[in-house]
Amino acid sequence: MARISLSSLKHSYLPNPSNDADWALKELNLNWDDGGAYALLGPSGCGKTTLLNIISGLLNPSHGKVLFGDDDVTGLPPEQRHIAQVFQFPVVYDTMTVYDNLAFPLRNRGVDEKTVGERVSEIAAMTDLTEMLGKRASGLTADGKQKISLGRGLVRTDVNAILFDEPLTVIDPHLKFQLRSKLKEIHQRTANTMIYVTHDQTEALTFADRVVVMNVGEVVQIGTPEELFETPHHTFVGHFIGSPGMNVIPCKIDNGKAVLSGVSVKTSNKAATDVKQAEIGVRPEFISFAKKGLEVQVTKVSDAGRFNIVDAILAGNPIKLLVPEGSPIPSETAHIELKADRTRIYCDGRLAGLEGAA
Amino acid sequence: MKRVSWLIPTVYIVFLMLPIYWLVSMSFKTTNEILGSFTLWPQNFTLDNYRVIFTDPTWYMGYVNSITYVTINTVLSVAVALPAAYAFSRYRFLGDKHLFFWLLTNRMAPAAVFALPFFQLYSAIGIFDTHLAVALAHTLFNIPLAVWILEGFMSGVPKQLDETAYVDGYSFPAFFVKIFIPTIAAGIGVAAFFCFMFSWVELLLAKTLTAVEAKPIAATMTKTASSSGYELGLLAAAGTLTIIPGAIVIWFVRNYIAKGFALGRV
Amino acid sequence: MNKTVNQKAWFFVLPVLILVAFNAIVPLMTVVNYSVQETFGDNVFFWAGITWFEDVLRSSRFHDAMGRQLFFTFTILAIEVPLGVIIALAMPRKGIWVSVCLVLMAMPLLIPWNVVGAMWNIFGLPEIGLLGKTLNTIGFDYNYTRQPGDAWFTLIMMDVWHWTSLVVLLAYAGLVSIPDAYYQAAKIDGASSWAIFRYIQLPKMKRVLTIAILLRFMDSFNIYTEPSVLTGGGPGNSTTLLSIDLVKIALGQFDLGPAAAMSLIYFLVILLMSWIFYTVMTRNEEQ
Repeated sequence: MARISLSSLKHSYLPNPSNDADWALKELNLNWDDGGAYALLGPSGCGKTTLLNIISGLLNPSHGKVLFGDDDVTGLPPEQRHIAQVFQFPVVYDTMTVYDNLAFPLRNRGVDEKTVGERVSEIAAMTDLTEMLGKRASGLTADGKQKISLGRGLVRTDVNAILFDEPLTVIDPHLKFQLRSKLKEIHQRTANTMIYVTHDQTEALTFADRVVVMNVGEVVQIGTPEELFETPHHTFVGHFIGSPGMNVIPCKIDNGKAVLSGVSVKTSNKAATDVKQAEIGVRPEFISFAKKGLEVQVTKVSDAGRFNIVDAILAGNPIKLLVPEGSPIPSETAHIELKADRTRIYCDGRLAGLEGAA
Repeated sequence: MKRVSWLIPTVYIVFLMLPIYWLVSMSFKTTNEILGSFTLWPQNFTLDNYRVIFTDPTWYMGYVNSITYVTINTVLSVAVALPAAYAFSRYRFLGDKHLFFWLLTNRMAPAAVFALPFFQLYSAIGIFDTHLAVALAHTLFNIPLAVWILEGFMSGVPKQLDETAYVDGYSFPAFFVKIFIPTIAAGIGVAAFFCFMFSWVELLLAKTLTAVEAKPIAATMTKTASSSGYELGLLAAAGTLTIIPGAIVIWFVRNYIAKGFALGRV
Repeated sequence: MNKTVNQKAWFFVLPVLILVAFNAIVPLMTVVNYSVQETFGDNVFFWAGITWFEDVLRSSRFHDAMGRQLFFTFTILAIEVPLGVIIALAMPRKGIWVSVCLVLMAMPLLIPWNVVGAMWNIFGLPEIGLLGKTLNTIGFDYNYTRQPGDAWFTLIMMDVWHWTSLVVLLAYAGLVSIPDAYYQAAKIDGASSWAIFRYIQLPKMKRVLTIAILLRFMDSFNIYTEPSVLTGGGPGNSTTLLSIDLVKIALGQFDLGPAAAMSLIYFLVILLMSWIFYTVMTRNEEQ
């Protein structure tokens, strides 16, 4: 087991990448601490799977290095990296029994049958496969097959990390929760490094200690779920995480301060002087109705249980507010107040005052 | 292993091409050169053999005859196989499984067994020595194959397609012609390819059922070979020309060939 | 897929049924008819019962032809199936070379069978054929028109040349249908090339290989034109396979009774063996 570092890593599937769009993965430096539970979160096609395959060795990066501890493993094939990986769609060896499927990664590495037996029954118990061990794998449902795939990922004891590539896509919703808790439990028990790729924020935030958010081939922020929620470093993160996402309102900058339709807005950070595109970012949770302040037009109210989600127009831009159940909601024209310490200026999409630190 | 893996297909293709090369090279040689000396390529390059074939009607009509009955057979086989394959892929009906299996058993029948009865049957109904006779005889082998291939392709098309079309107000014939057939165009191409292939390469029945009027090129070759002694150059040229239609057809279906050979049901 | 019960589907099947029945049942009845009668020409027939069947089943000529047929079929299956799989495994999976390989490999399949026979007939001639001349030049005493061993060698080479591509194309179709994830998972699991073949590729090819073996079995049992042009069954009777013998009896000697009886036995043998093979191969799938 070791810490995994990616150094000046870049990848393109094209032989001669010329412009930005040709890179599946833009240059990044990243460290994954030993024993961490990470989630790799981002929309489809943002390079998550590419990054995962580079770590496991299924893909050779076009630039940069992959280090396990101090060893450069960039050129090594997957079987020499001690990595387990579980794929999005179930892969089972049809002609083998469930038992043989689970034993396969161990037997390939010459583990003795006694240890194999112990490990397999342990893993089978964890994944609820004990009763099916003697069955042919081809006869199982998609759920069952994916459990086998998960089991094969967990069965080895010599792994540096276990990578999951959207492993619960084919699983029923109620089982999803159960299996995710199980994975979390296994992580706490074994202290293996786990990297979990997903495009579902709930999955990422409940599984991981640290979440890596990616967008268009780039890592935009790394942090704990709280950090991502409270201090998004990028409007994309603010919008992608949270439900509903962060409000992003274009504004003007005057002497480092945000100005919205002529009114100065208090924010927790200051902008630099030469800004092309400036925006105010504030989560719906931190906006409330007030006697005076910015003027909005309320357009819609939807009941979301403990909250009401209010749609409104602020200086020509749609925004959302979260109002606790029972609080009065004005109709038509109203005034709002933004919580100053939770309101931030974003310059060209990035949190102002933080350039280069993402 | 990875680095030499291209070697295996290459060696195999060279092995495939050698006899073909020998035939083609011989077609450009004079009879004297063929019999008199052993040469790896034509020393006295000549087109005489081809000239004979393209000017003598007994030769070139052989090609016309072959292509005629192959075309009739392909169209006929695919046309009747389409509705049948649709029935097998969409409906259950009394005896469907037995019928399907019975069709396939005909594909297994040795042509030699049928040669004589076909001769008598077609003579009796007066179509001996016509293109239709050969085309009909070949349907015995091609219809089962076409039904099999098309059924495979059709089963891959979800039934919702049919249902959506009916909801949209299509009648069955309109749906079948305007929507369904374009959807399984690849399957039809593959089935037609197989019908063409079998009908083009088969000789025993084609030879038995024809005499003069509809004699296939392949039969012209064997009869010429025995009657006019050893005109190897001419024979080689005729053989070379029989390879060309096949090569053209393969080129058209090259993208479906891998799937097609698995009969649509990988 | 759930199929609905619909007896009207028979109308869709009717054209096929009429055509195939016309072509199959009438001739087959003719054969059955001949097989139980004796004739002395002039369309005079006598009931002969199962005499012809007994004669054929007892005749050493039939036994020999059947023996040669079985030897031929199992030899070419033993060569073509493994060879076809090896070539399919080594073929490229992407790019222009796939089309090139497929088109070139499919060529032998589209050459008329008698041209295949004629091509190999010329190719193997000791004086003017590339193969015959080469073998004799490097010291083999090779002459397929005189030596039975050489005739068999040429016959089998010809069939391998002619039909291995069918196995290659089928096996290849099976291979390209395997999703990448299977290979990736196998790499992660540390599987050897052999294990990948044994547990991923072979199981996925099983269905297409069943088709390949069935087709090759049936077609090699029916083979007539190529050997008849290549060797004409000779030298002597050494390469006389079942179909060649049948045509000799039926069209050559016009012994219709024995020929018909032989046809039926021959057809039944093919049906029986195909059925056994098919049942055995598909039974595992249903378990």
